[in-house]
Amino acid sequence: MATSKTPYACIGLAVTLLVWGSVWGLFYAPAETYMGDVQRIMYAHVPTAWNAMLALSFAFLCALMSLWRSEMAWDNRLEAALEVGVVLSALLCMQGAIWAKPTWGVWWDWDPRLTTTAVMVFAFGAILALRQFVEDPVKRATWSAVATVIAFADVPIVYFSVRWWNSLHQLQSSPETVSKAFHWPLRINAFGILFLMIGLISLRTRVAALRREEELAPPLPETAPRRAPIAEGARS
Amino acid sequence: MSRGRWAAIGALVAAGAALLAITAGGIGQNLVYYWGPTELHAAGPKAVGASIRLGGLVAPGSIKKGEGASHVEFDVIDRPGGRVHVKCTGVPPQMFREQIGVVVEGTMDKAGYFDGRRLMVSHSNEYRVPGDGEAVDVQKAMRSTQGLDERPKPKEP
Repeated sequence: MATSKTPYACIGLAVTLLVWGSVWGLFYAPAETYMGDVQRIMYAHVPTAWNAMLALSFAFLCALMSLWRSEMAWDNRLEAALEVGVVLSALLCMQGAIWAKPTWGVWWDWDPRLTTTAVMVFAFGAILALRQFVEDPVKRATWSAVATVIAFADVPIVYFSVRWWNSLHQLQSSPETVSKAFHWPLRINAFGILFLMIGLISLRTRVAALRREEELAPPLPETAPRRAPIAEGARS
Repeated sequence: MSRGRWAAIGALVAAGAALLAITAGGIGQNLVYYWGPTELHAAGPKAVGASIRLGGLVAPGSIKKGEGASHVEFDVIDRPGGRVHVKCTGVPPQMFREQIGVVVEGTMDKAGYFDGRRLMVSHSNEYRVPGDGEAVDVQKAMRSTQGLDERPKPKEP
């Protein structure tokens, strides 16, 4: 498992899909009636949004599993999913700002959708920071899993914010509100980012596993002074 | 049960309670990003001089470009049938046109118009190829721009 080539295959597939979808979206799909070429950022923005939420949902699942099963493997996956989720959410905000300036006329405004998304970036980003401050791997796993479960309350709020409150951001589009000519580049890029996310999360999980191994390994006899053996490795 | 499982349950309860407080509690109703023309009129003199965001649809045929490019006047309408006249300084965004959603920051003037300081365009969730479903249904545009789809319909006048 640890040396499987699957993550690289995922990333390879992702790059192929993203090139295919983006070339289609940028050069072959028609321009939108009112927005013109600006609308093409949709092929990056919408797939990023879907996958950011998916990555954070996976982080939520990992957090629950990590608490329930007390296995470091779930903490490794949690670390990976959080990191990928935060990067995607931050990218989402930047792409959104780039799209907002020429269409809405502003880079940013504190509307419910944008505000709750910013909260999402900072809340999950803060959990990554928290992980850096906790030296004990077991405490780190528990604390960050609890924080992830609580922070996840914001994710459905982000999704429904445009329905619950009036906002500057429009409602979710559906296949009926988007011309057919725009569907395929959007779908292809959505799968592209999905496979990229899967590949990156699995590779990052391996990095986390190697770090945990190092943290939990007993010190080498010739370099380390004689100390009580590490007790944190075994959970009560 | 292990401490981890108690922590899982505790965190889930905390997250669920937070979500419930926001969706079912008072925070949801008090979170207002903008007022529609109807709500603005309902506020009466309280709206004069207060910092307000006005949101709605640009009424068909109401846009008047003033002296130079940096002055524009138009009416904002909403679904319950409210209408407010807006005077705005500053260059409107490129997307600005009739029958598109707008959010204007400003205040109500004593003279009965809305004095806009910052004009933002709020487009609908429709993305169309030229010639594909171009006819704009005003009621539908208002719903999708304002995120009012899920709300109870206001009483017909």
